[in-house]
Amino acid sequence: MLTRRGWMKAGAAVVALALGAGAQVALAQNKIKVAAIYTVPVEQQWVSRIHKALNAAKDRGEIEYVFSEKVANADYERVMREFAEKGNTLIVGESFAVEAAARKVAKDYPKVSFLMGSSGKPQEPNFAVFDNYIQEPAYLTGMVAGGMTKTNRIGMVGGYPIPEVNRLMHAFMAGAREVNPKVQFYVTFIGSWFDPPKAKEAAFAMIEKGADVMYAERFGVSDAAKERGKLAIGNVIDTQAQYPDTVVVSALWNMEPTINTALNNVKQGKFKAEDYGQFSTMKYKGSELSKYGTFDAKVPKDLQARVAAKQKDILDGKFKVQVVETEPKSTAK
Amino acid sequence: MAGDILAMLVNADFWVAVLRIATPLILGTLGVLLCERAGVLNLGIEGVMVAGALTGWLTVYLGASLWTGVLAAAATGAAIGLLHAVLTVPLALSQHVSGLAITLFATSVSYYAYRVSFPAVSTPPTIEPFAEMAWLPIPVLAKQTPMTLAALLAVPAIAWVLYRTPVGLAVRAVGENPAAAEGQGLNVIAIRTGAIVAGSALMGVAGAFLTLSAFNAFFFNMVNGRGWICVALVVFASWRPGKALAGALLFAFFDAMQLRLQQGGGEGVPYQVYLMLPYALSILALVLVARRAAYPQALMKRYVRGER
Repeated sequence: MLTRRGWMKAGAAVVALALGAGAQVALAQNKIKVAAIYTVPVEQQWVSRIHKALNAAKDRGEIEYVFSEKVANADYERVMREFAEKGNTLIVGESFAVEAAARKVAKDYPKVSFLMGSSGKPQEPNFAVFDNYIQEPAYLTGMVAGGMTKTNRIGMVGGYPIPEVNRLMHAFMAGAREVNPKVQFYVTFIGSWFDPPKAKEAAFAMIEKGADVMYAERFGVSDAAKERGKLAIGNVIDTQAQYPDTVVVSALWNMEPTINTALNNVKQGKFKAEDYGQFSTMKYKGSELSKYGTFDAKVPKDLQARVAAKQKDILDGKFKVQVVETEPKSTAK
Repeated sequence: MAGDILAMLVNADFWVAVLRIATPLILGTLGVLLCERAGVLNLGIEGVMVAGALTGWLTVYLGASLWTGVLAAAATGAAIGLLHAVLTVPLALSQHVSGLAITLFATSVSYYAYRVSFPAVSTPPTIEPFAEMAWLPIPVLAKQTPMTLAALLAVPAIAWVLYRTPVGLAVRAVGENPAAAEGQGLNVIAIRTGAIVAGSALMGVAGAFLTLSAFNAFFFNMVNGRGWICVALVVFASWRPGKALAGALLFAFFDAMQLRLQQGGGEGVPYQVYLMLPYALSILALVLVARRAAYPQALMKRYVRGER
């Protein structure tokens, strides 16, 4: 009969087989071993950006990359320990809901570097944090939305009002108000990260009430806008290819500067408990305003010029987008 | 506030949304109802819906027609239902445990199959879903997809089968008193198995509505508890198809309403209160209605031939 230990041995044998011949192992030795732990599937917008940056590093031959997705919070600590035990040098993840446990694991493995998405502070000596500080392009897309709405009604559908969502929504709203003081907002949270049919219903409800530009924080919102012939503004990822007549412009998050900086630091033995948040700002190209693409001719040139000027101000440090992390509320009746 | 709600109620789009939200609930509730009328609880519904959502969508993604996708979802549901039936009817295992195990199993297998099929996608691939039935000269229904029409037609169809045919009588008999049914020469095992398989097929179609009609892609977690709601709605419906329709519509009504109230931005009211609304009001309705609910007498009671 197979005991628990027996299973583990069998599992280890399978892993060893999968790793293959010794030559491959030898080749892998000068690569950094990176493991990522995600609480959601890698299709989730937020996580997809981390996954993409790590895959790019893997394709460049810099790292060996393994990941575990859809890890329940209750399992998070265990998976972290497993990856740390397996000799990974850098562990990337998101510790929002498991701060205490994740930080405890980091303490237990001082030789492993941890780069975690977190609203908290870094922890000595090896726990660095990052977050999606992309409020700058969110502000710029807000300006576009404010200029494009004809009904002065903008709809925003979110999953949960967590700081990562709220600050982008507030920046977006501030941007919209700058170009159009008359603009009003509908805000709905659907209480789920993954329920596109529900996000779509929420968006339909706003469009019924006159919203003609939708802030697409969740999958499903752009679909509602597309079906009703309205516009949408993208967030984190660029989906204009899927919705060429709907998505005007997007605020993109690029994880490459964060990941590449961390990899360099690990390589040179300089990885410290730092806040990598700044590498998500426009200055470091960690975030950007997407190209107008199919909407280049449809967004008025003077609006584009205004947005470009604001972008320059941000890059020059003359304008700072406020970070507001309270829960946004509807302003429209 | 009252004026807002009144304006909402006279808006046809609101009722379009109600019917759209209700569709998977109608199909799922009918599925649970069939199983339970034969005396077997089926908590596998949440997993069956996930599996149906995936196989229905995958079939269409691989090039088959939308209706083939619906059939594939029904077949998937039926297959998983058969597993549940084997465990709970001839083997007479705990219906709760088997059902929950089926949900965990079907959900995990679906996610695994999806990831194996699409190891490296950033945005989930999409299909062209069912279109609205613009040709239909009935106001609210014209803005629905054919799957909603099918769900609505399934209600009288199942009611007719249950109450007007020998098969329906047999299903109800094994759900009320299997020993007596056996005494009448009915094969309890076969009838219960058949009812579970048919009910699970409906659950599979309920899941497929999400990926073939309400949306055009498969997502992890997208069933999002809709299956559990169906289990509660059957109690609300006192195991009657007509009331099941009413219950599904009532829940959808509250859900469509909360989405509209929430965007109205009541100052100081947390959004969770709105999200909770359909559930809280449904519990209230359940309390009022279910006290007089007529349970199938043999529900959740195992039946072993010759055992007293």
